[in-house]
Amino acid sequence: MGKQLERITDIGVIDYKDFLPPIIKNNYGKWEYHEVIRSGVLMHVSKNGEKLYSVRVGSPRLLSTDTIRAFAGLAEKYCGGYLRFTTRNNVEFLIDNKESIDPLIKKVTAMGFPVGGIDNTLGNIVHTQGWIHCHTSASDASGVVKAIMDELYDYFVEPVLPAKVRLAFACCLNMCGSVATSDIAIVAVHRRPPKIDHEKLRNICEIPTIISSCPVNAIRPATVNGKASVEVDEDLCFYCGNCFTVCGAMPIADKLNDGLAIFVGGKVSNVRTKPSFSKLAIPFISNNPPRWPEVVDAVRTILDAYKKGARKGERVGEWIDRIGWPRFFETTGFEFTKYHIDDFRLAETTMNYSNHVTL
Amino acid sequence: MAKHKTDNLDELKNGKWPSFVKELEKASEKSERTKDLLGQLEKSYVDGINYWKHGGMVGVRGYGGGVVGRFSNLPEEFPGVKECHTARLLPVPGLFYTSDILRKLSDVCDKYAGAIFNFHGSTGDIQILGFKQEDAEEMFQDLIKIGFDLGGSGSALRTPSCCVGPARCEWACYDTLNACREITNHFIDEVHRPPFYYKFKIKFSGCPIDCTASGARSDMSVVGIWKDNIKINQKAVEDYAEQFDIQKYVVDLCPSKCIKYKDGILKIDDNYCVKCMHCISAMPKALSPGDEKGAQLRLGAKAPIVEGPRLGFVLVPFYDINKDMKEGYPFFTDLVQRIWDFWDEYGKNRERIGELVQRVGIGNFLEEIGMDPSPAMVAHPRTNPYIRFEEYFEEEEEGNEKK
Repeated sequence: MGKQLERITDIGVIDYKDFLPPIIKNNYGKWEYHEVIRSGVLMHVSKNGEKLYSVRVGSPRLLSTDTIRAFAGLAEKYCGGYLRFTTRNNVEFLIDNKESIDPLIKKVTAMGFPVGGIDNTLGNIVHTQGWIHCHTSASDASGVVKAIMDELYDYFVEPVLPAKVRLAFACCLNMCGSVATSDIAIVAVHRRPPKIDHEKLRNICEIPTIISSCPVNAIRPATVNGKASVEVDEDLCFYCGNCFTVCGAMPIADKLNDGLAIFVGGKVSNVRTKPSFSKLAIPFISNNPPRWPEVVDAVRTILDAYKKGARKGERVGEWIDRIGWPRFFETTGFEFTKYHIDDFRLAETTMNYSNHVTL
Repeated sequence: MAKHKTDNLDELKNGKWPSFVKELEKASEKSERTKDLLGQLEKSYVDGINYWKHGGMVGVRGYGGGVVGRFSNLPEEFPGVKECHTARLLPVPGLFYTSDILRKLSDVCDKYAGAIFNFHGSTGDIQILGFKQEDAEEMFQDLIKIGFDLGGSGSALRTPSCCVGPARCEWACYDTLNACREITNHFIDEVHRPPFYYKFKIKFSGCPIDCTASGARSDMSVVGIWKDNIKINQKAVEDYAEQFDIQKYVVDLCPSKCIKYKDGILKIDDNYCVKCMHCISAMPKALSPGDEKGAQLRLGAKAPIVEGPRLGFVLVPFYDINKDMKEGYPFFTDLVQRIWDFWDEYGKNRERIGELVQRVGIGNFLEEIGMDPSPAMVAHPRTNPYIRFEEYFEEEEEGNEKK
């Protein structure tokens, strides 16, 4: 009983003030401007004239306790023990002494972690768990990301693209990564309706819940072998997997038919143009582990065409808006198919109602 | 010594980008579970499919979330991952850490779990991977002792997140770290004990560049904005003029065409400025957000499941979040509560707020939560005449007879 009383819950969010380096405490809300002083290094200057240097380091997100301790050691040695993470899985070492930048970069790159990801680079890829740790995954996440970043490593470390490029990866349509609005978005998809284990379904699932989970009313009640179950109208199903999420007896993963779709031209920021969704470039590429070469090639093709065709400062979507979709498909060589034409909720808003066409 | 042969994964130890396989291998030197995690993952690489079971209840006493259950489908082959659960922890707002706290977190992760983290998960939680239900309670209490509580999962308020804000950004129009911490703590019950039809996300970005992707990913997006004029330092404009063509790279790209650059002087007609941040981010030393700072709220962004992806629409064009902060955020928390009450009343299972307001009509939703419609909410007014009028004249009503 005594032990139970000691139990503590609901302490809420830890106080960030305990983790801010002194230079940030002194200049909280008083920053005046920032500059990129070299690839991967930001300098923030405060109204007091104090300077904070942030060294951005790419990480694979999945980090061992050994590596976390190694980062802690570097932070102790070069920046008073202070570091932070970015929303895109980078580590940032927060340095108030300019002399520490070079030795830190030397050490961290020797450990195998690249410095970069700022400004006109391919930023670190936001991604999901994949086969490593998720039951709805239609592909691995870390493996595809590793394969792409190995191939396009130079675009992370050197700011040589027309503008920043945000690539995101999600291993199913739940899209735990911020995929739907990225310059390049890769999402793992299924291609076959779920298989129903009628015996299991009876024991573990609620039929009304399954039926209402389907966004296109493709699931109907059915009597199978004299017992209540459901059936799926295969002409309507588009394999979103929502029924599997609510009912484990409707598995949808399929080794022959799972793969990846690639979308392009989305963005989150309001800079110049409004935030927008990414649009379909390639409807399906089969999973091909361990390095998914067809996917890596497609990303390379998009980036090459963008690098060649975009004006300075244009995001991928702005570039495509300017040249038009016919030119995009022409320059990339990607095939435009009936799958590219939307047939879901907002489909009508996606057609070209004008005579504006590049010929 | 590796327990399983992992030819496919070994290939991913090559190449310049840091390898997650190497991280898993380092962790597996400390954890039998992570050894089997590698083995099961290799099998997924060979077979092209994941081997995780659907669902399974795990957690800590009194909480309805924060721990995500993972059970292997192949427990005989990979006994270490028979149970391999994830704990989501509320991170430090702004994702600031000290070496000391990272070591303490690592000690807990080594003691109970697979010596491996996601730093961070997609929603922004610290994730500890690979522990068993029987260890969950003790691990949770060890985490509480070092200051970390569990985050959200399931049909809960998911762990709110924020950008680096005033801690290291000159564009932050409000204190995103403070808002994230205080508002999460205000709603901590909704984080820990899922009360909704589905998930609800709140993200705090300090300016319209929106580094947390709030407008695309959170049911309630809070983006810093200012109302008055962009501040101009003409001397710094002159310096930029020597570096690049201001007409071409700033003036011509302004979406509302409200900037003029003539005879070395930059003028902005702020009356038409949409606060897109282009000019400010192109010339950070010369231009900065105005003094009358606040926040804009957008509602309803979400990923595809169930009814397709949505971006957030403008719900509150401007409000004084800095004043709200001083009072403990009553405006914000009241508004969110009204939205949740509406959701509770009219929503259905697995329906996000953005889908619900679309289903019932955004006009009706505004009326119910007591908010006036504003042209800032729409890209343009409706183009069809199918208006459901709620009133019409009756012949016999007094004053309506034809004269």
